Amino acid sequence: MTASNPPIGLLAEITHRCPLRCPYCSNPLELTRAEAELDAAAWARVLEDAAGLGVLQLHLSGGEPTLRPDLEELVAAARGAGLYVNLITAGVLLDGPRVRRLKAAGLDHVQLSLQDSDVDSADRIGGFKGGHAKKLAAARHLREAGLPITINAVVHRQNLDRIERTVALALDLGAHRLEVAHTQYYGWAFANRAALMPTPEQVDHARRVVDRARADLRGRLVIDYVAPDYYAKYPKPCMGGWGRQVLTIGPDGRTMPCHAAHTIKGLAFDSVKDRPLRWIWQNSPAFEAFRGTDWMQEPCRSCPRKEIDFGGCRCQAMALAGDARATDPACSLSPLHARLHALAREDAATDAPFTYRRMLPKDRLPEAPPALRAVEDA
Amino acid sequence: MVALTAESRPVLQPFCRLRDDPVRGRVVLLAPERVLFPCGTSQAVLARLDGRPLGEVAADLADRYAAPADVILADALTMLQDLADQGFLAEAGADQGFPKEATP
Ligand code: SF4
Ligand code: SF4
Repeated sequence: MTASNPPIGLLAEITHRCPLRCPYCSNPLELTRAEAELDAAAWARVLEDAAGLGVLQLHLSGGEPTLRPDLEELVAAARGAGLYVNLITAGVLLDGPRVRRLKAAGLDHVQLSLQDSDVDSADRIGGFKGGHAKKLAAARHLREAGLPITINAVVHRQNLDRIERTVALALDLGAHRLEVAHTQYYGWAFANRAALMPTPEQVDHARRVVDRARADLRGRLVIDYVAPDYYAKYPKPCMGGWGRQVLTIGPDGRTMPCHAAHTIKGLAFDSVKDRPLRWIWQNSPAFEAFRGTDWMQEPCRSCPRKEIDFGGCRCQAMALAGDARATDPACSLSPLHARLHALAREDAATDAPFTYRRMLPKDRLPEAPPALRAVEDA
Repeated sequence: MVALTAESRPVLQPFCRLRDDPVRGRVVLLAPERVLFPCGTSQAVLARLDGRPLGEVAADLADRYAAPADVILADALTMLQDLADQGFLAEAGADQGFPKEATP
């Protein structure tokens, strides 16, 4: 067993249900149904355990967390346990009274997603007519209640050309922070990769826009930028290391080192229904699997960056290299890296349609792209 | 709030919280998407951000810890500038919640 430090953050995906249908959603293809969701009492117990274990921040997410009428109870339980409570929402269900109730329950901060700055495009990407207008109204209610807003803008080929207007919109909505995040290809996003992959020109443009906006808006709007993996030189340090800082609990109580870990075949996830959270964090085989650096293969094993990026993302190694222990192909030292770059360009040149996210039975799930072929093909 | 000086009167944004962390036995600063673990001097500075000019805060701490005020001020400015750049500080008296008036 590898020694574990206390976790800092908990991502609670309290439901997979969502009125939107974003093709870039990172939820699993097989979504959890409402009947299987943990109830408020179970969540309250888990949140207290999480605080006792050392968790300081709670991110209430989904699906769409505001679909749960007992969200206020969860917020109050979390604040009662001393957690910093962040709500990650699409905002389409937030009217004034609901926002005031959430604020009264102790909500600290809200991350509001925008699909685009153009209303027609935003509604098309979210697959929800009238959604964008509802988000703008939600932002107004949040502001009036004195809740600080971060705008989450997931970007991809179909909205990147309007990124300047998205920055301006975040300012207009009174956000103090904007997260411009290139799509991470997990779950539905992976199945939609060809429809979402940006062109290299769009990626360069986005970088320039963000750099300029950061300089121009210093002191008014903080901009975080999540770089596009497939065009990167080094991979992202996923979750600050597997089982090191954060954990994710799904709607049914299954507890994972990251929100995409369900894509790794062969990992079994313990549930807070069956085991105490502390036991899971310290002993669950899924958490132990990639803790530390002993599991690494070359080139990571002898790489000086292995404590910086931890070999990249295990889920991406699984999806692209077909082996969760491999070097993340986003790394330029991976033998699959050249193939990945070529693939990104190929994807970006297609006009693939969206496959909208929805609840489907197991035998009708959309197909995900295959792993990359061996390096000889590159 | 762009460049902090001894005359600045920063306060923590209302959406940032300084609290004890019994699990780790230290003080933590909780902010959107960030958790910071301030050192002892930083904690003392943060706990005194009540709208006074930073020069006064430094003088107060200099008395208390018998250390030169200019050294304390320089350290405080470095630490606080970083927080200000992340949007965690507001100028006392300013519209604290939001860096900019929303356009109607
Ligand atoms: S990404 Fe879109 S579909 Fe997925 S949970 Fe968020 S709002 Fe819903
Ligand atoms: S070889 Fe592995 S550890 Fe080194 S930079 Fe690439 S992913 Fe990171």
